[in-house]
Formats: sequence, C-alpha cells, structure tokens
Amino acid sequence: MIKSIVDFFGDEAYARQRRRMFYLALVLIVVADFLVRREHAEYLWDRLPGWSAVYGFGSCVLLIFVSKFLGHQGGLMRREDYYD
Amino acid sequence: MTEFVHPALLYILGALPIPFLQGAIRKAYLLLIPVLAILAVLAMQPGSYGAAQFIGQEILIAKVDKLSIVFATVFTIMALIGMVYALHLTRAGEHVAAFVYVGSALGVVFAGDYLTLYLFWEGMAFASAYLVFAQGGDQAVRAAFRYLMVHITGGVVLLGGVVLHGLATGSLLFGPIEGGPIGGTMDAGAYLILAGFLLNAAVPPLNAWLTDAYPEATVTGAVFMSAFTTKTAVYVLARAFPGTELLVWLGTAMALYGVVYAVLENDCRRLLAYHIVSQVGYMVAGIGIGTEMAVNGATSHAFAHILYKALLFMGAGAVIYVTGRRKLTELGGLYRSMPLTVALYMVGAFAISAFPFFSGFVTKSMVVAAAGQDHRALVVLALTMASSGTFLHTGLKLPYYMFFGTDRRLEAREPPGNMLAAMAMAAALCIAIGVFPETLYALLPYWVDFAPYTGVHITESLGVLMFTALGFVLFLRALDPENTISIDTDWFYRKGARYFMWLAERPLARYETVVSDLSETAALPFLHGTARAGLRVDLNAVDAVVNGVARAILKGGGRLRRLQTGVVTHYALAMIAGVIAATAIFAVVWQ
Repeated sequence: MIKSIVDFFGDEAYARQRRRMFYLALVLIVVADFLVRREHAEYLWDRLPGWSAVYGFGSCVLLIFVSKFLGHQGGLMRREDYYD
Repeated sequence: MTEFVHPALLYILGALPIPFLQGAIRKAYLLLIPVLAILAVLAMQPGSYGAAQFIGQEILIAKVDKLSIVFATVFTIMALIGMVYALHLTRAGEHVAAFVYVGSALGVVFAGDYLTLYLFWEGMAFASAYLVFAQGGDQAVRAAFRYLMVHITGGVVLLGGVVLHGLATGSLLFGPIEGGPIGGTMDAGAYLILAGFLLNAAVPPLNAWLTDAYPEATVTGAVFMSAFTTKTAVYVLARAFPGTELLVWLGTAMALYGVVYAVLENDCRRLLAYHIVSQVGYMVAGIGIGTEMAVNGATSHAFAHILYKALLFMGAGAVIYVTGRRKLTELGGLYRSMPLTVALYMVGAFAISAFPFFSGFVTKSMVVAAAGQDHRALVVLALTMASSGTFLHTGLKLPYYMFFGTDRRLEAREPPGNMLAAMAMAAALCIAIGVFPETLYALLPYWVDFAPYTGVHITESLGVLMFTALGFVLFLRALDPENTISIDTDWFYRKGARYFMWLAERPLARYETVVSDLSETAALPFLHGTARAGLRVDLNAVDAVVNGVARAILKGGGRLRRLQTGVVTHYALAMIAGVIAATAIFAVVWQ
C-alpha cells in the first residue's frame, strides 16, 4: 500500500490527477478558512479569512528570491573548491 | 528500589565493555543499556542527589525536576532509536563515542552546579567530534578538527564565565541567572556563560560549526549529533536565561537565517542542518519570551524536534548509505526503489512542517501562540514565515530532488532492517505526539493551557503550508539545486585564518628575522670583542677579578645566542613554564 501511495506522487502517469487534487485542496482550504469561527482575533490579520494563504504564498516566493539574490548577487554561493 | 540511578552513569560506564563484546551479544547489550536508561528516567523522583564539596565549592551531581525529566525522557528515547539505527555497525569505536556522548548530554541535563555541567559539556564535545572523525577522509577530518577547535574555544569561554560568575555570586550552583541584558544587572561572567551556551545552540554568528561538521559525520553519527548538542544548549538556556529579551530577537533571526541558507544548499544533510538552526530559533525565541506558555512551547518543541529531525537525518542517511551520494544535483528518482524510506522521511517532513496530526503542529504553534499572547506581532509573522520556509525545503525541495525529480537511474534498495525499524519508531512517535498531545503536555514544566486543534488553527496552518506548496510548484525551476557551497561564518576561521597566517609568516616573521640578524651582527660581535679584550687585559695585567668578568661576559654572550634560537617550540616551552610558575605562585599566595 505504501508503495502505491508513493508511486502516485512520483509516477508521471498520475500527473493530471495529482494536479487536480492539489488545486481542489487549495480551494477547500480557503473556503474552510472563511467558514471557521474566529473568537480571539488579536491582530488585524486574524480577522481576515484567507490571510494565511496569501501570507504563506508570499513568504515562499519572498524566501526563494531573496535567498537566491543573496546567493548569486550577494556572493554567498561559491564554487565547491572555494576552501581548497 | 533506589529512587535515583544516574542515567549518565549507565551510559558512560556502560560504554566500557562494548569493545569486548561480539556479535549478537553486543547488539543485545547496545539495546539493553538504552532501555535501562529509559526505565531509570521513568522511575526517578524529583529532588537533589549527589551533593558534595569540591575545592571549597558546593557540588550537586544531579538536580531532578520537571524540566530536567522532560529533556532526559526524550534524550533516552532518542538514544534507543539512534542505537537501533546504528546496530549494523561492526566497529566498536562509534558505539563507544555515541554512548559517552549521550551519557554526557544526560550529565548536563541533571547537573546541579556549573563544574559538573562543564565537565559533561566538554565530554559531549569530544565524544561527538569522534563521530565526525570516524567518517575518515581528508574532508571529514578537517571538519572534525574545526568542530573540535570551535567547541574547545566555547568551552573555555564557558569556564571563564563560570569562574567569574562564581566569584561574583559566591556560588557555583546552576540556576536562573538574575537580571537580563536590558536590565543591565548581568555580570561579565553571566555574559560569558550565555556566549558559551549560545555557541552550542548554534545561534548565528556562532552557528557555522554545526552546518560545517554535521554533514561530514558518519551516517549514524549525524543522527546522534542532530539530537543532543543543540538541545542540551536549549535546556541550559531554559534553565539559566528564561525571559532574556536578547534571546527573542536572536531566536527569531536564526529561524529565518537557517531557512535562507537552506534555499542555497545542495548537500542533503547540510540542508537539514540549516533547518536545525532554524528550528532551534523557535526554542531560543520561546525561552527569551520567558512566559510559562513560551517555556512550555520551547521545551515541547525541543522534544518533538529531536524525534523528527533525527527521522529526517535517518532518511537522508539511508540515501547516502545506499547510493553513496549526498548532493541533490546527483540524486533523484529513488522513490521506485526506496518507497518505505520515502514514506518514513515524509512523516518527519510533515512533523517539522507542523501539519495537523503531526508533532510540530502541537509544539511549534505553542511557541508562536505564546509570542502572540505576549503581543509580539513581528515575532509571530517572522516565525510563521520561517514555517513556510521549513515546509518548502524539508517537505518539498529535499524530497523532490532526492526521491523524485530527474531519474538518475541509481542502483538503490531499501536500507537494512534496523535502519528502517529506527525510522519507524521515530515516525510513530511523531504521529503519536501529534494525535495525543496531552501525554507530552503532562511532562512539561508548567501547566498547559493550550488547545492546538481549533478550526481556525487548522485552516490557517493548512493555508500557509499548502500555498507554500503552490509557490513551490510555480517556481520550481528557480529552486533547482546548484553545484555550489555557501559562505557562512566559518569563513572567518577557514579563509580569515589563512590571511592571519600570511600575516604571521610574512611581515611578522620578517620583523623577527631583522631583530635576530641585528643581534647576531651587532650585539654578539660586540660582546665577543669585549670578551677578547677582557682576555687580553687578563693575560697582560694578570688580574683575577677581570679574568672572572671576562669569562662571565663570554658565557653570557653564548647564552644570549642560544636563547635566540628562533625555534618556536623553545619559546612555547618558556611560555608554558612561565604560566605554570605564575599559576603556582598565584595558588600559594591565594591560599
């Protein structure tokens, strides 16, 4: 059973199915975020349904590009024999 | 039954017979000691044990309370899992080192005074360094030396702090250090102690030893290392410095620091090592906040972290064990031949990313919620961003390029049964903590008032995580690993030290040559000339007094020349003799 689950995520044959499930999950999560009860809204964003989705996506993109910028333009990434 | 058996003693004395045992008996023994240690921790009662006097100071070998018990519990469980993972090793050395390492970590956890703590602290450094040395090869040995040097330096700083703090307060007992850096009441000794602790917690800029050495360790050694050194540091910080404002900001910064470097990393275990830095950031920040909920959060997160991080290291280690490759640019397509490893690794990945029903969900969120309760909006936002990065790397990037991605057609199979069993044990605990958090909450130092499973918490967590996945899917090409290494603060002792050596070899050495040339060309001929003149005066005037003076000068000249050998070892010997003499005089006068 474990092998078939892992295969589902790896095999090219299931690519369409995987993509559909993924986008469905995204929609469901945002819808659910609009439906849940918000009792202790301490911060502004606590009251905004869908905020976490926006923040998660934004964080991800920011981290990828800021890090790569620091790596390439900031000189953090070096050839593997740099210390030799 | 006695109410306290020190588990450190079980491990350290228990390490002695290992080289003399063989085959199945050794394997049984390697599992017996960790099981006994778990029982010893379960059976122990809070209290103070092993109080004594040493050079006029109070010593307390073991102080047992809720905080030390919770750390000891996870340490002993982890040690058992680690031993199962390493059971196939035939060489005794690594087993002995692992035992001493675990024993020393437990010694630190129970230490009631700074001298006991320091002793075990150094034991950890040496035993863990062996796990890197054991890998062999030029690269690993160099990394191990750097690791050892950094930890010895940290140890000296800690010892200096302990002595100063002891002199200032009159007690070496280990406990909360009053006053924070903001209050300005912390003495110099306390700052040095803090620096020593922060080094072992891998707080930037003192983090590079971790990401430098862990990926060079043996496959099984890295699993032990991922669990003990940083988490004992978290424990001592929680014990001595709760509520220190500085730690909030250091912890938050390091949570993001590790994530940024993880984007750039190509070595699978170094990527995971950067996530240790990131995850320990949550704990350090929690300790800095210092409220009951925050310390609970930091402690429970350390508990969960040890298990899922070890699981991740075991998964990456299994890949290295089977394929002999460690770079993401050289891995891919292993899911067909290693499905069990993939599944078990993913449990660890879900746990570290804080998916509902996995351990991170009930522990990491406690730290974030504590920051929220303490009205620290910026910390909440930064830690949530770091969570997104955690899933991006350990849950998406690493498994994608290691197990899926481009099929490199590598010869692979599942790792040996004992490795899979160890991973299964850790995975089971990751899920158990996520599903039944009450058991862990009951162990925490303070009463827990936190319900992780609320509707809004679940949808918000899933929102952050799944939309991170969306970002990953959309920008996958930007994340392709590159054949590079990243410059971290180890630059200062790897490259910076070379510049220092150049300075020492060129300008300083030249200066030294000039000085000794001057003395040989100018001073010595003058002395010789004087001596000869003296001899002539002596011969001509037959003056016994002058004779003696001349001989003395001749001898002095020769001696002066001998002193100027230029051989560094002679100078070093003279310095050491001087230090010993000064210490002896100081000790006598001081008494």
